[in-house]
Amino acid sequence: MTVTARDKGLVACRECARVWPADHTHCEVCGNALQSRDTQSLQKVWAWWIAGIIAYIPANLYPMLTTRTLFHTSEDTIIAGALDLAAHGAFGIAAIILIASVVIPLGKFFAIAYLALAVRRGARWPPGRQYILYEVVEYIGRWSMIDVFVVAILCSLVQLNVAASITPGIAALTFALSVIFTMLSAQSLDPRLIWDRIETQDTKDPA
Amino acid sequence: MKDTADPDLDTLIACPKCDALYRVGVVNKGDRARCERCHTRLYTRRRDAGLVIITTAFASAVLVIAALFLPFIEIRRLGFSNAATIVDAALAFYGGPLFGLSLAVIALIIALPLTRLVLTIYTLTPLVLDRKPWPGAKRAFRFSEAMRPWSMAEIFVVGCAVSLIKLTDLARVEIGPAFWMFVAVVVLMAVQNMVMCRWSVWKALDR
Repeated sequence: MTVTARDKGLVACRECARVWPADHTHCEVCGNALQSRDTQSLQKVWAWWIAGIIAYIPANLYPMLTTRTLFHTSEDTIIAGALDLAAHGAFGIAAIILIASVVIPLGKFFAIAYLALAVRRGARWPPGRQYILYEVVEYIGRWSMIDVFVVAILCSLVQLNVAASITPGIAALTFALSVIFTMLSAQSLDPRLIWDRIETQDTKDPA
Repeated sequence: MKDTADPDLDTLIACPKCDALYRVGVVNKGDRARCERCHTRLYTRRRDAGLVIITTAFASAVLVIAALFLPFIEIRRLGFSNAATIVDAALAFYGGPLFGLSLAVIALIIALPLTRLVLTIYTLTPLVLDRKPWPGAKRAFRFSEAMRPWSMAEIFVVGCAVSLIKLTDLARVEIGPAFWMFVAVVVLMAVQNMVMCRWSVWKALDR
């Protein structure tokens, strides 16, 4: 059985991994604030999570880009843009865009909600697997920003007078906000709470 | 294990992700240790790490600054042409309701990566030279670590690649020198990240 710092009456620093007696409030090595478990973790997670969802809705309803070519102007939302690309036969890019801006964001919302609920009520997945999910969410979260960068690149680059021009839409802003809020939500989850379940799991958890 | 209110607290290390407690040097024997249950890297002691990190950080900083003003993509269509630098991309949303997004993009792809590089050099140079840490080094390193998820240079590079593919049917596209410089920066940063051991840095800063 793994011994945790808390079992030994110690509090660990999440920044530099040193341990201190439980009554320390700040790490003497790096100055980080110490808390054995972040008791407000779930509140923060849900607050950012809700903000993320709220920002994600307009991100899909409003246009991300306005493309003007010689005889043609089109305003594209994320999904319409991807479908358009697929219609032109560019299935690969369409898939990348759909995965990066629809599948991953939605998956993140579900994953974070699952983890937060699991911490509070217990879940069928063992902590080891929950933790892997947490790591994946933490790692992938930043990559959703790719869409915003693509919009920025396209808008700065495609300024060819009458031949073609691309301007950003309001969805670029709300999408960026949604990504940032979701990242903050995932960061607020104290992963040690996931592992605490193991210690109480000797007698089976009432789910 | 004995009661641990004794003075050898600095021989203990707690996994920052799951709170498992280990005695330094006992885990996995030798110079690398991972947490036994969540496999988080606890430390990797390498004697030459500091020098590798400083040189890669310095090289990256030079490359980023040089790349700022060179074009990373150039396009041509119907006799019109345009080349965009990274600064142009960051300012794509400038002037207009999306101004805030411009600031965010500047922070994510230029300001934060550069700040982190400078702070890393500032923190580690005296340690490598076996001198006392420079004033404020602890705060500098803590800030640099906190900013790690928000430094998105590598995501920007992949964003470039995606825009490139998206643009090919709209216009003729050419990759500029800044793109390759940024690719180099991403590789250097990955090396730096692999070699960097937070635990050792904090230990050295605490002397």
